[in-house]
Amino acid sequence: MTYLSLLVLLPMVAVFSKAFSGGPSAFWREVSQVQVRAALELTVVSSLIVVVVNALAGTAVAWLLVRDHRSVFARVIGPFVDLPFALPTVIAGIVLVSLYGPNSPLHADIAYTRTAVVVAMAFVTLPFAVRSVQPVLAALDQESEEAAASLGASPWATFRRVTLPSLAPAIITGAGLGFARALGEYGSLTIISGNLPLKTQVASVVIFGFVENDDLPAAAATSLVLFALALVALLIFSTIRRRFITAELP
Amino acid sequence: MSITVQSISKSFGTAPALHDVTFEVPAGSLMALLGPSGGGKSTILRIIAGLEEPDSGTIAIDGEEVTHLPARTRGIGFCFQHYAPFRHMTVWENVAFGLKVRHRPKAEIAERVSELLELVRLDGFSRRYPAQLSGGQRQRMALARALAVQPRVLLLDEPFGALDAQVRKELRTWLRELHERVQVTTVLVTHDQEEAMEVADRIAVVRDGRLEQVGTPAECYDHPASEFVLTFLGPATRLDGSWVRPHDLVVTREALPGSHRGRIERIVRLGFEVRLEVLLEDGTDTWVQLARRSYDALGAEVGDEVHVHVGVGRRTWPVGEETDPQGQSLVGVPPAP
Repeated sequence: MTYLSLLVLLPMVAVFSKAFSGGPSAFWREVSQVQVRAALELTVVSSLIVVVVNALAGTAVAWLLVRDHRSVFARVIGPFVDLPFALPTVIAGIVLVSLYGPNSPLHADIAYTRTAVVVAMAFVTLPFAVRSVQPVLAALDQESEEAAASLGASPWATFRRVTLPSLAPAIITGAGLGFARALGEYGSLTIISGNLPLKTQVASVVIFGFVENDDLPAAAATSLVLFALALVALLIFSTIRRRFITAELP
Repeated sequence: MSITVQSISKSFGTAPALHDVTFEVPAGSLMALLGPSGGGKSTILRIIAGLEEPDSGTIAIDGEEVTHLPARTRGIGFCFQHYAPFRHMTVWENVAFGLKVRHRPKAEIAERVSELLELVRLDGFSRRYPAQLSGGQRQRMALARALAVQPRVLLLDEPFGALDAQVRKELRTWLRELHERVQVTTVLVTHDQEEAMEVADRIAVVRDGRLEQVGTPAECYDHPASEFVLTFLGPATRLDGSWVRPHDLVVTREALPGSHRGRIERIVRLGFEVRLEVLLEDGTDTWVQLARRSYDALGAEVGDEVHVHVGVGRRTWPVGEETDPQGQSLVGVPPAP
């Protein structure tokens, strides 16, 4: 408990008190600056897009890794799924710029756009989506899929009515973790987004800017909003997940 | 609807699982596939269901060849040993599943589901989830789910294998009653010979991917086609170099013509049944199965000298080559027609 308090709670209290050091009206003034609001909006919207995209893509990748585990794809790509975790995110940013930047070998120059923000967020949070679903899928009882087939269900109906509901808690867990992570992503975004205020500047970069300008109350206030958003998101996701899980427990 | 299994062979990788298996299940009957674990009986069932494809051979249901049809279009009901419930659905939703994916009208689904829940005695449980049911209840739910779609054939893979002995016996009797009522052609996989003999009209004994014998329980018991069937289907012991059923032996105090002298080594009392383990003069260990009444009349104790002979009109079978690693040497009894 003490450990948890020192590590997690105390810093939160510090941020909280700093954010409200000038009173509620000062706090409100800080977070309603045009630049801050735009950044928060961009961060939340992009993170939401990423959550949806990664829930689909992550489940698909996990499916290929588990159900098609002898394929070339699974053998070659499998070990690289965690790469975005292993890379310092600044390096991830450099990788993305060299791939999708001005000299893109793919002729896909998206650097310094909002699309780039989404792509970078998706890149760094994909492992959450894949690794949450993969073990659950691997442990899934395939007999229930066979039972569905024997009862006349098409492969798609079997997936939708039997497999997907079993995976839902894991997909939601991955989405929740990914969302929280995307909200706070800094390293890769600071490189590929170009940090154009009101356009591609995300919340974490705005906070860093405040810190550099010694405007700690503004940094703390923005952080607090970001933190509250992450907390609310995690609560919502865990509530949804629990609704799926209680169905299976006495 | 009859099932015809014709010359089915199947191997997994290099390990052969089934060799040229042929048999027929008459319409409306209940056939048990009986044999030791790993002998291929579940594979036969899964091939009939369409969950596996045979390397060669054909499957026909009601005269229509279905060998290459997917499971979902074969009109089968399948029950798994571990029930394979849809865990996120209630009992009601589980049973309704097959009808829902067939887009039947709601009223029809509701009627059919409650009819089936009554049939399997789960009418009070429709809103429970599988995790809230006992093993026996889950298997009954699985049966109702399989029967809901009015399958042409019902396939049961060790349906009672994961249940404790008491529940297993109850469900066995219940399954037989259910079969009388529903009259759907049924194939049951089991490694329990008592279960097969009690429930099935006919038994197919499967070992090492081959069919050893197909016949009624009585035919297989009284006219076993091989030493394996003889010993697998019921108790067998040795006397004078032959196999004999231990309940066909007679024990007396006095020597009789043709009897063998021995000494009682151990007495096991199992309620109605009493087992005498007897060491014969020639060194053979044999055992005799007696009804309690016969044992009381004999009044023998451990260490007593007794004489053993084969009852009048009872069969014996010559013992096969013991050195044969497969133990496949046929004994001299032709299979019953």
